[in-house]
Amino acid sequence: MTSLPAPAKKKLGLVIDLDTCVGCHACAVACKEWNDGGDFGPLADDDPYGAEPHGVWFNRVHSYEIAPHPNPPPHAGEEKVRAAHAGGGGPVPQMVHFPRSCLHCETPDCVTVCPTGASYKRAADGIVLVDEDKCIGCQLCAWACPYGAREIALPHPKTSTSDSSRKDSKRGTMQKCTLCVDRIYNETLDERDRQPACVLACPTRARMFGDLGDPDSEVSKVVAERAGFALMPEFGYRPVNRYLPPRPRRDGSNATGATAAPATETLDAGKLPPLLRWLDKALSR
Amino acid sequence: MPHKNLKLNEPTGDEIKTTTCYMCACRCGIRVHLKNGRVRYIDGNPEHPVNRGVICAKGSSGIMQHYSPARLRKPLLRTGERGAREFREIEWDEALQLATKWLGDIRARNPDELAFFTGRDQSQALTGWWAQQFGTINYAAHGGFCSVNMAAAGMYTFGGSFWEFGEPDWERTKYLMLWGVAEDHDSNPIKLGLGKMKARGAKIVAINPVRTGYASIADEWVPVNPGTDGLLAGVLIHELLQNDRVDFDYLVRYSNAHHLVIRDPGAADDGLIARDADGKPLCAVCASARRPGEGRGPVLSGDGRPSPLDSGLRRNDEQKQPGSMIVDATQPDIAPLIAGEYTLPDGRKAVPAFQIVAERFLADEYAPENVSERCGVDAATIRRLAAELAHTAFEEAIELPIAWTDTHGRHHDTMPGRPVSMHAMRGIAAHANGFHTCRTIHVLQILLGAIDTPGSFRYQPPYPKPAPPGNKPAKARKPDGTLTGNPLGYPQSPDDLLVDAEGRPRRIDHAFSWEYPLAAHGLLQSVIRNAVDANPSKIDTLFLFMANMGWNSAMDATATRKLLCARDDAGNYKIPHIIYVDAYDSETVAFADLVLPDTTYLERYDCISLLDRPISDAEGAADAIRQPVVRPDRDVRSFQDVLLDLGARLNLPNMADTEGAPTYRSYADYMVRHERAPGVGMLAGWRGADGSQAGKGAPNPDQLQRYIEHGCFFESKIPEAGAYYRMANRDYLEWAQSMGFAGSTEPVTMQLYCETLQHFRLAAQGHGAVQPPESERARVARYFDPVPFWYSSRSDADFPLPSGEGSAHSALGEGTAPHQRLDDNGPSSGALRHLLPGGEGKGSYPLSAITQRPMFMYHAWGSQNRWLRQIAARNVLYVHPRTLAGHALRSGDWAWIASPRGRIRVEVCAHAATAPGTVWTWNAIGKKRGAWKLGDRAPEFVDGFLLNHLIGERAGDTRYANGDPVTGQAAWFDLRVRLEHDPEPGVPGHRIELADA
Repeated sequence: MTSLPAPAKKKLGLVIDLDTCVGCHACAVACKEWNDGGDFGPLADDDPYGAEPHGVWFNRVHSYEIAPHPNPPPHAGEEKVRAAHAGGGGPVPQMVHFPRSCLHCETPDCVTVCPTGASYKRAADGIVLVDEDKCIGCQLCAWACPYGAREIALPHPKTSTSDSSRKDSKRGTMQKCTLCVDRIYNETLDERDRQPACVLACPTRARMFGDLGDPDSEVSKVVAERAGFALMPEFGYRPVNRYLPPRPRRDGSNATGATAAPATETLDAGKLPPLLRWLDKALSR
Repeated sequence: MPHKNLKLNEPTGDEIKTTTCYMCACRCGIRVHLKNGRVRYIDGNPEHPVNRGVICAKGSSGIMQHYSPARLRKPLLRTGERGAREFREIEWDEALQLATKWLGDIRARNPDELAFFTGRDQSQALTGWWAQQFGTINYAAHGGFCSVNMAAAGMYTFGGSFWEFGEPDWERTKYLMLWGVAEDHDSNPIKLGLGKMKARGAKIVAINPVRTGYASIADEWVPVNPGTDGLLAGVLIHELLQNDRVDFDYLVRYSNAHHLVIRDPGAADDGLIARDADGKPLCAVCASARRPGEGRGPVLSGDGRPSPLDSGLRRNDEQKQPGSMIVDATQPDIAPLIAGEYTLPDGRKAVPAFQIVAERFLADEYAPENVSERCGVDAATIRRLAAELAHTAFEEAIELPIAWTDTHGRHHDTMPGRPVSMHAMRGIAAHANGFHTCRTIHVLQILLGAIDTPGSFRYQPPYPKPAPPGNKPAKARKPDGTLTGNPLGYPQSPDDLLVDAEGRPRRIDHAFSWEYPLAAHGLLQSVIRNAVDANPSKIDTLFLFMANMGWNSAMDATATRKLLCARDDAGNYKIPHIIYVDAYDSETVAFADLVLPDTTYLERYDCISLLDRPISDAEGAADAIRQPVVRPDRDVRSFQDVLLDLGARLNLPNMADTEGAPTYRSYADYMVRHERAPGVGMLAGWRGADGSQAGKGAPNPDQLQRYIEHGCFFESKIPEAGAYYRMANRDYLEWAQSMGFAGSTEPVTMQLYCETLQHFRLAAQGHGAVQPPESERARVARYFDPVPFWYSSRSDADFPLPSGEGSAHSALGEGTAPHQRLDDNGPSSGALRHLLPGGEGKGSYPLSAITQRPMFMYHAWGSQNRWLRQIAARNVLYVHPRTLAGHALRSGDWAWIASPRGRIRVEVCAHAATAPGTVWTWNAIGKKRGAWKLGDRAPEFVDGFLLNHLIGERAGDTRYANGDPVTGQAAWFDLRVRLEHDPEPGVPGHRIELADA
């Protein structure tokens, strides 16, 4: 069994904005690419051109159609479908795109169940890593993680990759998000590039990286402002990463601010037909 | 217990090179990190104006595209039957000699026997020029089946376009309507912009039958029925007009709203703009409002008084009747009238263009209650959307403290803005009513005063251009065999069409014929069928670049594959030679006689030119290059290099000297040294001998080096005073002229009323020297309506067609009256039969079927990419749960989706965020067995599918292409289908059963 370090002040992690994630998979592929060619890679692909292509990803994006509550509470975003042909309404279907990766929990069982000390949490910044040299591939950590953050490539795949030039040295050991620990402290990179690959890639800037242990950090502030939440806190692992919920959608039911317009205009009912109104309209060119 | 060997300071590679991505059409700047001579990592270039450092899923997987096992490695010569994929590898010399022989014989005989078409090409500035030198009129890229409706409607309306030629004012817009946008060419700029808008609290409305991607983060989703967007836009116009929510001053300043349209039914100039002797358009002005000394030019003698209107509009007797005069409409400081009927100096009647537009959309056909069911949007929502647009445009107007000078020399202290913007794309384009639908959206923008103002849609340089731009398709050859100009362009009158003396098409794709007069991007989708039919004449060689006509780019993949193998009675292939250029072993490779293997985008020089489709944004003009970041490890050559080599071998003018020596060593050399006009070349940056000039200047031998030093892009910012109102902004236009984008500083007048279309309608009505054949008259007259209108683009079983009552148009007076029928008339009208699928009864095909590309594959060349195909290696058919239940189907069942052409077996899946009545799937994931080096049981063909088999290149059983009658744009999304049960719904497996198989 592996013990956790004393709680660190610094809690590096991600904040992911579900309001602006369009489900484009940019983060997932950027992560795959960075880590595949880096020290924590390769990220093996099995049967890459065959019937069941699958491989190791540190970050995956799932798209969900949210089935609205059958008896919607009277708050934002729950209103009737306006399509007349929808047959008298029903809730508006929502799509939510959910990127999923290691949450770098404060008290993760994936570390404590590790029989060899391969899975560990860094004392300095809280990043959870796997030391491949110690990992025996027992997969206890994967069973312990309720978030599905850990992946492993089988040591002897049925169908090997067709690209023989690639080494497969990580097969049989557990792999996971490193929070790009090999980027964020990397002095060979420009300072602005010392961020996780997924954060730099995200085209809607829905991903932020920072110290969630520092209440004054940008990420902590946005979490406070937007009511960022932890994923499945009931398990008690105290995830560091936070998700920002979708903002209230300003559709017909709750137009606010910029779009607070009367549903019908209030021109005099006895007004002239438009073309007559315009007959002598004085315009200036 | 940290890692013993945890390396936190490893460099990403030995070397970093910048270049331009080509995983899709977005053209982001990338940094390629190289390690031991191999690509280790590709990320976004933070300095680049397109992507600001971000990179999409395709861009990051470019490394796997580059190292794909499906890459070709040497030229291939077919040894077996076409389609059998039997080739032998040959040397380049042999390949080029063969191509030179075929092409040389053609050029000596008849250059038009070469059909040269490019697919996902971004070097049309080269390929169009090459076709011109070769002398074939049969050239185009793939816009005919992509989104030419958007380009043409925009160019003919306001000299710009959606697409990547304009953008919402991401920093300032408060309300964005996305029409039919699932993903777009400008993918990363749109995502960056949407992220900013969400952070600012701006409202986003997605009008789309399907809620995915951008629509999923929109504030409001409007599940419109496919093909009815134009009707919805028309109703929004109706509401704005009803409520006087129109920016009238903007209209008369920047559009032709006040121009007088001649009303003289039967006359050769009926419906044209009235002009003075100098060709200046005329308008009526309120005499009392024109103060002495204001305005310029002669005041013409009208009768001075508006005459009573004949359309039920009579002046209220209590109103005063100010005198009116007829004057040059282009003068500043006049007070134009936009309603009423006026008498021209020659005694004829005319009405302002605005009135004709207003009459169209004020009609009951465009009242919310009358369109609600058809659009699938209830009347209250339509009214609210219109009110929100107006509220944002007028009550939330903004004003920037930017001083500027207009084209009349008047100084303005500020720039007022209407912070409402629109963006539209394929969901609008890919219907047979897409041209007019897109024009309706532009009219909506113009009425709101929301084109190129702060907060609204903005042009990207080199736009705006005159509406339409001045370049016309070349029709003739010079003595040296070259065409007199580029084969593509914008016809302005019937004189510009490519038709023979009998009015028949001259081009192999029938572009610029009476069938599709404004086919500005050609019709690649029709080329193979027409070539096999020798219609209008025989083609010897079909030369394709990166166009997957053997599969997902064909509107009927199965039929097209047969056509490519069609033989005549003597056993010869009906298309004698097919040359295909591709980097990958795509489906189309199988049908080529000669395959010329291309490099990847990481191995070549390339340019993204301002002469073509530049990477400009609204703030500045920009272009870019690609540089080779790795050497090819195989015997492949860049297509552009090969094209110039072939040109030299063929001794084409401007490609070889009198001794036959190549004029250009390579494409890189061409990019630097070629001048289209004196001082104007492929690249705008670092011109002049010392590299100090931008836009125009002598060739600079060090130009490419300068690009490479600057991240492979060049950007020239527009001066602040030219930031908006660029259609009439002298500060902008002078800058544009200095850059070589504009020939003059004349303003661009937005065509609320499109006079160009009326020229074609008049020809159809029997006027002018060039008239359509009898068989085309009714069709041309109907669809060349100078005012946009909505018509059903397909037989619509949900909404039965009214019985035929003859054509809904005739003379202008009737055609522009407020009683234009919205429905197609019955087949008896003949003109409309092309819009109807062949011979099926009402209710047979009650569902609309459409497609989208997923963001991680949008415009990506192939899903054999090992990473992307792990995200999706197959597709399913998404159906609204109620539709599914109505068919007694469950998610996961296999069922048949059928159209008149046949049926395919697919897996169905419930998706509530789909408009009921619509089914959809991801496009182009389905592949053909044998291509892309996929394994024997790849899901791409075992389970995945294309809808294309059901669509068809022809409209039903007609001779017309399945597309827009104005532009020829492929109507992919007009497909109507039904779902049929399979006896074994639990047994997986895709199958195709076609009616003619």
